[in-house]
Amino acid sequence: MIRKTVTNVTDALAGVQDGMTFMLGGFGLCGIPENAISELVRLGVKDITCISNNAGVDDFGLGLLLHQHQIKKMVSSYVGENDEFERQMLSGELEVELTPQGTLAEKCRAAQAGFPAFFTPAGYGTEVAEGKEVREFNGKMYILEEAFKADFAFVKAWKGDAAGNLIFKGTARNFNPCMCGAATITVAEVEELVPEGELDPNQIHIPGIFVQRIFQGKDYEKRIEQRTVRQK
Amino acid sequence: MLDKNGIAKRIAQEVEDGYYVNLGIGIPTLVANYVREDISVEFQSENGILGMGPFPIEGEEDADLINAGKQTITALPGASYFDSATSFAMIRGKHVDLTILGAMEVSQNGDIANWKIPGKMVKGMGGAMDLVASAENIIVAMMHTNRAGESKLLKRCSLPLTGVGCVKKIVTNLAVLEVTDDGFLLLERAPGVTVEEIKAATEGNLIIKGEVLEMNV
Repeated sequence: MIRKTVTNVTDALAGVQDGMTFMLGGFGLCGIPENAISELVRLGVKDITCISNNAGVDDFGLGLLLHQHQIKKMVSSYVGENDEFERQMLSGELEVELTPQGTLAEKCRAAQAGFPAFFTPAGYGTEVAEGKEVREFNGKMYILEEAFKADFAFVKAWKGDAAGNLIFKGTARNFNPCMCGAATITVAEVEELVPEGELDPNQIHIPGIFVQRIFQGKDYEKRIEQRTVRQK
Repeated sequence: MLDKNGIAKRIAQEVEDGYYVNLGIGIPTLVANYVREDISVEFQSENGILGMGPFPIEGEEDADLINAGKQTITALPGASYFDSATSFAMIRGKHVDLTILGAMEVSQNGDIANWKIPGKMVKGMGGAMDLVASAENIIVAMMHTNRAGESKLLKRCSLPLTGVGCVKKIVTNLAVLEVTDDGFLLLERAPGVTVEEIKAATEGNLIIKGEVLEMNV
């Protein structure tokens, strides 16, 4: 077994530098790599590009990096929950590349799977298609989208083992598996890190080959964005 | 005239037994409340669940279980979770039978705009562009006019498009309409609404064939 375990978040993020491109898992605040984000804030790396479906909220998730003006560019599909984001975008401080959600996921998966690009119908005939190659297949129009290139992918899983194998929980899975192995170095943080042999190989969602570093995360806040309940 | 729940109620009549359905944020989310109980339907949420259930009972919220609107939800027996790429494989691969979403504008050739108001609101398209580009059965749920009283059913959309020529059916507070080669075909009137009122609220070409019946909601 190839051991992937690092002792803490600081070791996990070794090599992170200004100007790099990072992928960050999560949908809204669900399944975000909370420990990695805190460490990026602590390190104070600047001019970074973040590929993440959303941009957090004002005081949590990627919103923490926005507040420190660490992000140069965001690549996201939906950014509606963050006032500071909107302010920085409208003032031109922040560069934003809005990408259809399925295209965003596939640009990660393509990078993971070794495809340089793919055709998708999403965005044909819209602003998203501007400057992109268009081709017709079986009477339908498609646009060419390229795989992402990133230096680090930061993902969050429920359980993981020393070999880097990962299991996700509920809808906290979302973009996390797509980003594993899609960057030069994939760093996984998990709620429960177990020794090799404790996870059932039948139940593994992401095999350890896609993960370079894994660590036991701590102090998960797991904030709920829209708490909705019904009466008994 | 229908309220938001009325629109959802009417759209629920379009949901058939065995359908996998994707519901957008807003009025579409309400549709789940009105689907007939004698049919089996599974709701897909693009953040990675099939078999989405109602909101949880207070105290049972799970931060790891939300819908595309970031609301806490539950999972029904037979539900499954998956990653975002798989989720959009379901959508792009036409495995989802019905997509219901909101819109700011729809044009008479089926173009839809619902993600951006230049200079005012730029929240992003989320999964809407993937959904409208792929789904063959798309119903738009929206008010017939905007807050300024202007028609949202237009000859041409004025806002940046989400997709082209993709909308088939529209259910508004005033009417049910189908997008045809010649424009919006008026299928049904909302209770108490006249054809004249619908005409006045529709900027795009409105086609009226024979008597237009009042919808049954």
